[in-house]
Amino acid sequence: MTMMKKLLTSAVASTLMVGGAQAEISGDTVKIGYLADMSGTYRDLAGPNGLAALNMAIKDFGGTVNGAKIEVVSADDRNSPDTSSSTVRRWVENDNVDLVAGMVASSVSIAVSKILEENDRLGIISGSAASSITNEHCTPNHIHYVYDTYPLANGTASAVVQEGGKSWYMLTADYAFGHALEGDVTRVVEASGGEVIGTVRHPFPTQDFSSFILQAQASGADVVGLANAGADTTNAITTASEFGLTQSGQTLAALLLFLTDVHALGAETAQGIQLTTGWYWDMNDEAREWSDRFMAETGVRPTMVHAGIYSSTIQYLNAVAATGSDDAQTVRQQMMDTPINDMFAKNGRIRVDGRMVHDMYLAEVKTPEASENEWDLYQILRTIPADEAYRPLSESKCKLVNN
Amino acid sequence: MNQSVNSADIHKAIVEQQALQDRRKMMLNGALLLLLLAAPFVLYPVFLMKILCFALFAVAFNLLFGFTGLLSFGHAAFLATGSYTTGFLLSNYSGLTTEVGILAGTLASTLLGMAFALLSIRRQGIYFAMVTLALAQLVFFFFVQSEFTGGEDGMHGIPRGELFGLINLEDNLNMYYFVLAVFIGCYLLVQRVVSSPYGQVLKSIKQNEARAVSLGYNVDRYKVLAFVISAALAGLAGSMKSVVFQLASLNDAHWHMSGEVILMTLVGGMGTLLGPVVGATFVVNVEYQLSQGPLRDWVDPILGGIFVLTVLAFRSGIVGEVQKFVKKNLG
Amino acid sequence: MTMIFGVPLAVLSGQLLIGIINGAFYALLSLGLAVIFGLLKIINFAHGAMYMLGAMVTVLMFDTLGISYWVALFLAPLVVGTFGVLIEYFLLRRIAGQDHIYSLLLTFGAALIIQGVLVNIFGVSGLRYAMPDMFKGGMNLGFMFLPYYRAWVIVAALLVCFGTWFVIEKTKLGAYLRAGTEDSQLMQGFGINVPLLISLTYGFGVALAAFAGVLAAPIYSVTPVMGSSILIVVFAVVVIGGMGSIGGAIITGILMGVIEGLTKTFYPPASSAVIFLVMVLVLMFRPSGLFGKEA
Repeated sequence: MTMMKKLLTSAVASTLMVGGAQAEISGDTVKIGYLADMSGTYRDLAGPNGLAALNMAIKDFGGTVNGAKIEVVSADDRNSPDTSSSTVRRWVENDNVDLVAGMVASSVSIAVSKILEENDRLGIISGSAASSITNEHCTPNHIHYVYDTYPLANGTASAVVQEGGKSWYMLTADYAFGHALEGDVTRVVEASGGEVIGTVRHPFPTQDFSSFILQAQASGADVVGLANAGADTTNAITTASEFGLTQSGQTLAALLLFLTDVHALGAETAQGIQLTTGWYWDMNDEAREWSDRFMAETGVRPTMVHAGIYSSTIQYLNAVAATGSDDAQTVRQQMMDTPINDMFAKNGRIRVDGRMVHDMYLAEVKTPEASENEWDLYQILRTIPADEAYRPLSESKCKLVNN
Repeated sequence: MNQSVNSADIHKAIVEQQALQDRRKMMLNGALLLLLLAAPFVLYPVFLMKILCFALFAVAFNLLFGFTGLLSFGHAAFLATGSYTTGFLLSNYSGLTTEVGILAGTLASTLLGMAFALLSIRRQGIYFAMVTLALAQLVFFFFVQSEFTGGEDGMHGIPRGELFGLINLEDNLNMYYFVLAVFIGCYLLVQRVVSSPYGQVLKSIKQNEARAVSLGYNVDRYKVLAFVISAALAGLAGSMKSVVFQLASLNDAHWHMSGEVILMTLVGGMGTLLGPVVGATFVVNVEYQLSQGPLRDWVDPILGGIFVLTVLAFRSGIVGEVQKFVKKNLG
Repeated sequence: MTMIFGVPLAVLSGQLLIGIINGAFYALLSLGLAVIFGLLKIINFAHGAMYMLGAMVTVLMFDTLGISYWVALFLAPLVVGTFGVLIEYFLLRRIAGQDHIYSLLLTFGAALIIQGVLVNIFGVSGLRYAMPDMFKGGMNLGFMFLPYYRAWVIVAALLVCFGTWFVIEKTKLGAYLRAGTEDSQLMQGFGINVPLLISLTYGFGVALAAFAGVLAAPIYSVTPVMGSSILIVVFAVVVIGGMGSIGGAIITGILMGVIEGLTKTFYPPASSAVIFLVMVLVLMFRPSGLFGKEA
């Protein structure tokens, strides 16, 4: 009897909940705004190809959701929070955009999430690295999907220390992002019984790293950790290889490397570097199948960000279909309640702070001999389980988490 | 005898013409004002405020470049100082009303402007441009290093607060009219400065500095004052911008921003009062429209193209070319 | 171990050498700017873009036609120089006689176009370019490991710098050039084609930038945006040296490389700002730069 009653009430409650949220799609259209760097430093890791991934998702979903149209608008964020906020404000206040996707530069993501919170719309951030996005900057209106600095440090640093890389020398971009990554790495290294014996903070951007590589060599550390991104990282790696850093017995650990960066370096220069990634195109059949389609569309292999944009869009549309609503909170709740199992992640879940936690992978760049083609670049060494990888909620400073 | 009648006639005609021109100008200004007052009901207020802030920035820059002939390649420093100062104060001291934050931001950039001016004013032409660029790079470095700016993440969630503790600026319309009022006030101030005897001296410095010196003017003092006013207004633009967008970022301090304001002024028409306003409106719109449309991947090359085209074909800018046209065809 | 301000002497000597290498590189880049400004009074804000083009052309010639590094060393500057001649002929010539500022704005616009178009074609991640085989490896100097390629950069950059200085300051051709740009009517009267001379001078100046680009291709990430941040640094070098002073640009380039290198050792975060600090200080005491003539 009690059992029956319980079941009944919960059934009624869930019907009511759906009813209460006014199960309808506003304007009979689901409108998605894609905002990303289309022309600057971060163009390749999301950019125009991210839009292609988004459109692939919509096409695969069938082009409509519960009979409502799916529309896409897109804009270049110019890597500027001003431009992005005026764009997104107009999107949500005038154009009834329901979801903002993409977003790379942390300044852009944080600015946009504030506007989404004000207007109660949803955002899914796929490109940004800053873990503060779901920590001190968390809002009930955005989800951070692909990766952040926390698992990057966790995965790479702990693996390298375990292999005997006890003493570290950090080459850090003198920027909030670099400082955060350096802090995370230091914590992980020390927790695993290693030590950071020196740090050099270089301006962003820097073209010539020879002076810093020389200092790293002189430090005598086992490991040189690169807490920077993009062209800074590729330049540092090129210079390290030129100055024979690895030949002299030191290991190079890059904390943030995208497939596009490694592709630019080539296996010859980048071989042996260990890195943490949220996804790799060749990691299983499903991923391969999807990235073949992506490549047919764009001519390149997808980065983890591209895959994340595809996956998150499908998840979002599924949630809209299931709830019959495009209300931000309803959809977000539904997305939180639904585990993610697709070409991007197995058993991924979205936490209350908006962090999508999923398994991360420790990879090593293949040697030129092992690499079969220009995109055959990583060998996955180990899976880092979701719960180990991401910052636990118990350490969270997010206002949505009761600590 | 005849001649004196004639000259009286001519005098009368001139006066009439002057009156006609004045009336025309008044009508134009009135129409513009009405447009600006009605605009937020038709167009998107935050976007309009963005235009007004950049227009103020360009007007400030033009006072120096267009009227005094000094090309500063470091005006981003003032914009950023204004926006960071205001943002910092309003975020951290909830007791402050908005106008106090804005005034403080303006004051900070005024002081910075004074420092810049003292270090750079003796330099000529390209050296002046380069010293201001160098100083602005040092300011950029300071902002990158400072904790309070939030580095590349930027400063977010700056409260708009209440004007004089009374008017709620969270409301976009209230905010808009406040920005508009400040903008018009500054525009009139610059107009006043330019048409005053002081402004005449500035123009004569621009045309021929040696002559101005030989006429006994203390040229450096005039230039410093122009620089300081320009920096103050640029800072005010930054302060307003940080309140409107509720954020301040390193983009404001980057040298590309100094380049952008040159583009705005040049496209609109340097050395005219309305030019920078038109230029800012044009550039902000072009950038915005392009970044949304099918050409969104091509914003930079198109802006570059506008630069090239303006320098080659429309050196007097939109307003300058219109003025030429009007002079030629409408007398 | 001998220590200087807490830094081992060996490390310091390494940093000095690195500073000189980077300085030679800056010298090469600023030399082109100084030639263009000194002779033509053009403020070439497209210099960074031309440097980038030099590197891009090197990579693309190798990828498509298999053209080797050594050939690219001559061919890439030639290609980019020709492109520069076209820019001078079609764009810059039209604003000759106007305020210098217009040349700055025009070349700035041109650089935005060049860079933007290439970003759309090649992306921003960078193109791969392998180090030529003969430069692989390096030598141990005791205090540091010096890659052969860096040694070559110093040699090549200094040779080209010295050669340029010699031609412009010490030869008849240089004299014609200087005279032609100072009093074009007179030279025209002597039967010298001054407009052609101007086009070629601009082309030569940007070819120098392209040469630096070729030198950069094997050691830096080759992307369409690689020239944009180096541009203002190089400008600072030229201004410190005295705009238009050819020898000044070379000496200042090396000096700035060393100062930057030392900053990278003692206070790394300031290494991008230090050049601007030096510039402000120098111009306070010497309004026309270290080697410039009083205006």
